[in-house]
Amino acid sequence: MPRPEKQEKAKDFKGTMIRLFQSLEQWRYLLVIASTLALIAAALSTVAPNKLSDVTDVISDGMKPNTENIGIISQEISQNILENYTKYKMTKNQPVEITSKEDSMELLEEFNNLTPQEKQYVLKPIRIQDKNISVQDQIEFVEASLSLKEEMSNEEMIQVLDEYPESIKSLIEPKMDQKELHKRVLILGIIYLLNAIFVYIEGRMMAYVGIGYAKKLRKNISEKINRLPLKYFDTHETGDVLSRVTNDADTIGINMSDNITSFVTNVTLFVGSIIMMFVTNWMMALTAIGASILGFIGSFFLLKKSQKYFVERQEQLGNLNGHIEEIYSGHNVVKAYNGEKKALEEFDEINNKLFNCNRKSQFLSGIMQPIMIFVGNFGYVAVCVVGALLVMNNMTSFGTIVAFMIYIRLFTNPLSRIAQAMTTMQSIAAAAERVYEFMDEKELSEESHLKEKIDKKEAKGNIEFKNVRFGYDPNKTIIKDFSASVKSGEKIAIVGPTGAGKTTMVNLLMKFYEITDGDILIDGKSIKELSRENIHDLFIMVLQDTWLFEGTIRENLKFNKKQVSDEEIWNICKTVGVDHFIKTLPGGLDSMVGDNDSISSGQKQLLTIARGMIEDEPFLILDEATSNVDTRTEELVQKAMDKLTEGRTSFIIAHRLSTIKNANLILVMNEGNIVEQGTHEELLKKNGFYAKLYNSQFQK
Amino acid sequence: MIKLFKNLTKKDLSIIGIVVLLIVFSVFLDLRMPEYMSKITKLVQTEDSTLQDILTAGFHMVLCAVGSLICAITTGFFTSLLSANFSKTIRRKIFEKVESFGIAEIKKFSTSSLITRTTNDVTQIEMLLSMGLHLLIKSPVMAVWALLKIIGKSGELSLVTAIGVVLIVITNLTIIRIVSPRFAIIQRLTDKINGTTRENITGIRVVHAFNAEKFLQKRFNTVNEELSGTHLTITKTFALMDPMMNFVMHFQHLGIYVVGAYMIMNSSMTDKINIFSNMVVFSSYGMQVIISFLMLTMIFMIYPRAQVSANRINEVLESDVSVKSGSFHGDTEERGTVEFKDVSFKYPDADEYLLKHISFKAEQGETVAFIGSTGSGKSTLINLIPRLYDATDGEVFVDGVNVKEYELKELNNRIGYIPQTAFMFTGTVEENVAYGENGKQKPSLEKVKEAVEVAQGKDFVEKMDHAYQSHIARGGTNVSGGQKQRLSIARAIARDPEIYIFDDSFSALDYQTDAKLRKELKKYTKEATSMIVAQRIGTIMNADKIIVLDKGECVGIGTHKELLKTCEVYKEIALSQLSEEELENA
Repeated sequence: MPRPEKQEKAKDFKGTMIRLFQSLEQWRYLLVIASTLALIAAALSTVAPNKLSDVTDVISDGMKPNTENIGIISQEISQNILENYTKYKMTKNQPVEITSKEDSMELLEEFNNLTPQEKQYVLKPIRIQDKNISVQDQIEFVEASLSLKEEMSNEEMIQVLDEYPESIKSLIEPKMDQKELHKRVLILGIIYLLNAIFVYIEGRMMAYVGIGYAKKLRKNISEKINRLPLKYFDTHETGDVLSRVTNDADTIGINMSDNITSFVTNVTLFVGSIIMMFVTNWMMALTAIGASILGFIGSFFLLKKSQKYFVERQEQLGNLNGHIEEIYSGHNVVKAYNGEKKALEEFDEINNKLFNCNRKSQFLSGIMQPIMIFVGNFGYVAVCVVGALLVMNNMTSFGTIVAFMIYIRLFTNPLSRIAQAMTTMQSIAAAAERVYEFMDEKELSEESHLKEKIDKKEAKGNIEFKNVRFGYDPNKTIIKDFSASVKSGEKIAIVGPTGAGKTTMVNLLMKFYEITDGDILIDGKSIKELSRENIHDLFIMVLQDTWLFEGTIRENLKFNKKQVSDEEIWNICKTVGVDHFIKTLPGGLDSMVGDNDSISSGQKQLLTIARGMIEDEPFLILDEATSNVDTRTEELVQKAMDKLTEGRTSFIIAHRLSTIKNANLILVMNEGNIVEQGTHEELLKKNGFYAKLYNSQFQK
Repeated sequence: MIKLFKNLTKKDLSIIGIVVLLIVFSVFLDLRMPEYMSKITKLVQTEDSTLQDILTAGFHMVLCAVGSLICAITTGFFTSLLSANFSKTIRRKIFEKVESFGIAEIKKFSTSSLITRTTNDVTQIEMLLSMGLHLLIKSPVMAVWALLKIIGKSGELSLVTAIGVVLIVITNLTIIRIVSPRFAIIQRLTDKINGTTRENITGIRVVHAFNAEKFLQKRFNTVNEELSGTHLTITKTFALMDPMMNFVMHFQHLGIYVVGAYMIMNSSMTDKINIFSNMVVFSSYGMQVIISFLMLTMIFMIYPRAQVSANRINEVLESDVSVKSGSFHGDTEERGTVEFKDVSFKYPDADEYLLKHISFKAEQGETVAFIGSTGSGKSTLINLIPRLYDATDGEVFVDGVNVKEYELKELNNRIGYIPQTAFMFTGTVEENVAYGENGKQKPSLEKVKEAVEVAQGKDFVEKMDHAYQSHIARGGTNVSGGQKQRLSIARAIARDPEIYIFDDSFSALDYQTDAKLRKELKKYTKEATSMIVAQRIGTIMNADKIIVLDKGECVGIGTHKELLKTCEVYKEIALSQLSEEELENA
């Protein structure tokens, strides 16, 4: 039953498919072998019915009575009777004159009326084809034969034949050619066996190709993620990338292994069965094709129509999903604002639409199969009738009809399968296109030519901003001509209301985004000349979103650093103040950090600070925000943060007054721009944006 | 499953009845066909049968085929109607049920799980009905009937058929046994691969900053290997299915012919033709029997998954709703008052109380603030007022009436609740602000504008492309957190409630906006009572009453000044945010 799940259409079907096949390069031998096997297997399936018809012919030939022998026997016996009876009559001086056939028939009937003793006396045993036929047998034969009548049915006649005496029966009984039967059955058996083995091997090979390709795609996507500029993730949804890793890769992997060979198999079957039909009998071939054509047209029409509803169904399912997600996740608002009725009304509307296309798509796709079955049956009858006609006119054998009964199936099945394969190809192409689109995204600039390097052990910790200009959108510069000089060990606080663009500074320092104009110098070296890897090696970054991965605490703390002893870890944990907490966990350092467990967000924050500390690098970027952290943990976090900043040149997205006041330089940001810069006192005196911002927290 | 099917209406059941009759009839027709086939075969075999005979038999067979087609189409019509209708009904039931849930139930299931239960799980059931129902009725009927047709005709040929059936059933069951547990593993690994990729993307800055790209790649590769390996096992196992089926079917066919041939050899001439036609009949009926067993095993594939889905759906439908509506509606003596009388609260399955013996009263027009560390129970406390939870012990009164006595709608009409995370619906700004019902008229555009202005949202809303008619994307992704929070506050203001409940609703606002908003709000709603949960001292400093919570207990009630002197916990919190000097100056 064609039940395509995705009806997406690729924008460039041909191009994508070509690219898909090109990227299968490494499996080309497997592919060629598998396709060849599929081709051979399909060819075997088309030959099989012909061989089956041979078997049937042997069997049905073995059922025909030996009519030739019947003729010989009756002739011999009547000859015998006539001869001996004439002689007998002559001895009795009864003259006999046989001039016509009627005369001999009369004579035979006369003979039949004799007493058994007389018959025995008159006749002599004869020998036909090395078989002795006794007098008694001859008498019985005549009796039986005389009961044959013109108007008797075939079956009744065969019943009469069954009454013949053994000696005669053995001569006329049908003989099956056992040797021939064995030979043909063996050939057919081998064909079936080979077919099964080939299909199986081919299936396994294609499994390797399909699954292997999906694996490769997933790996490529995952590697690509880390080569993309951050801009991509700031402008694309995570879910979108995720669905390429899972859904799209799976769609390609699973469907491709089935589809390529299914296509080969079915095209071969289709073409092969047409050829074989014509080879076997062209008249019946035309009958079979003619009988099925109408059905094909009908089912293609249905397939097209049902696809329309499938697309609509997918769309409505999406709508419903969206609505449900919205209402469920906004549940408390819906309830508190008495919005249930409205939500239900909207739900009903979408649900009804879904119901309608659901019903239609299911109905239409559901009747495809019965229609194909009907086409098969109709073809069967047509083949039988025409075949019978031909058999009666001795233009073909019964075996041909049997073969055609199977050809009709072989011929009707592939077409619907090919149509199905085509739709699946479409969704493979759509999925592949999405993956390729992602793979073609512009990557981070190549850096292998950059020669400058700063060793983190020798880094001094000076940073200078020289007329820096930057804009996320090239037409919209948000940082205009920013200059500042930061000395080793100084603290730079970045403040501003929400959405003011405080992370822009992080993005520039870490070379996540490249500055448009001007320069940033680290220890006198331009970041344009330094590789990202080198820069990242110099900075510790602790952000507000406490990102930890699923793994043990130890793994998370060590993260990318290879050689860290447990002792070092414990020391740092003590410094940060998270040691006690880790000890209370049942697994200690081996406890798992997951999405939803007992580790609070404050504790997570402490862990990320510890992670940064283990990395131990000369510069620090720190986002201080400690929202949703309880007061006691907050205190711990703040102490840990202060420890972290010690001796490091630090850029702090500041939320605490103490940080702001102590900072060597405060960058005040608003709407993406750096609007003011200076120390706390300087800025307060200015009585500008910063002063307003600062004072607002004490307002009544 | 059966429990779920109790939701079938009388009409549905009569449809099933019709479907059963139709299927039985179509099986009857389907099985008549081999008879005609054998009749035609016989006619073709025997030499002196006329074309007329063959045509008649052929015509009968085509008639059967047409009848069977009509049956199948009608069955398809009814089953698609039935399954689509059933899934529609169940989906609606789940949705309605979830709407009646309190937070406790939502938390118990988790939102994402509820969504899959409403959509995917229902689709599974729908699949079972649309494909399975047909198979479930047809395959046994067909198997039994086809068996009846061949049984007694020839012991030897029956044996060959039986061997085929046994082989098919064994192969299929083996494949299912190998494959189905692995499907569960695939599900888990897919989640895992999603998880590691999500980790990489959400932590992309950290990953880059720590040069940890290769580290994460290794983690991903491990899962990828495992996933692909399991996929491979499944696909390889399935690769066996098709060739095996064909092989068994063909060999059964061949076996019937060989056995038949020997029987023909050793029989009288009268029997030969009978055996031959039996042979032809067997080769097609035997096929039918095998196909029906194949269909049965297919049900074994669909059913377990549908069963799991059915259980998940039933869990939702049978789950008790803890918050039940009362019946009170009408006027109350008091207005704008909230009173807690010795209220304690714990989650149904929890051992420990989240709130212990809380008592206080808020008078009309007062601002009452709640502060305390995370887990101190302040959010839980105010959630008891709109009955998002119900108090375990003690009573909560709104306007002097126990909240449990109110009709939920009536209670909600008095309250303007602003949740911790601001929530936006798809639609325009106006629709979002004017959301819901409050027993009065729908807020006019004027009212909406006013509310947005008070909530300090006028500037950004009017800067948007279509101002109040601007579209808000699903989940409010095209507005910032602070903007969402302001719109969500405007939504409460547009309702004109007696009591405002702010569940930490100012957290995404900067100090300046926060202060201004509260000032404007106070001016706009002199009569209204405000209940505020906050983290920042600055937000609540000026409240009429501050209630300090610590581990579910009330450790202090009073004004900012009073509490600084009397309440140690409060002082600690205040000092962690502001210096002593700043506190003095405030």
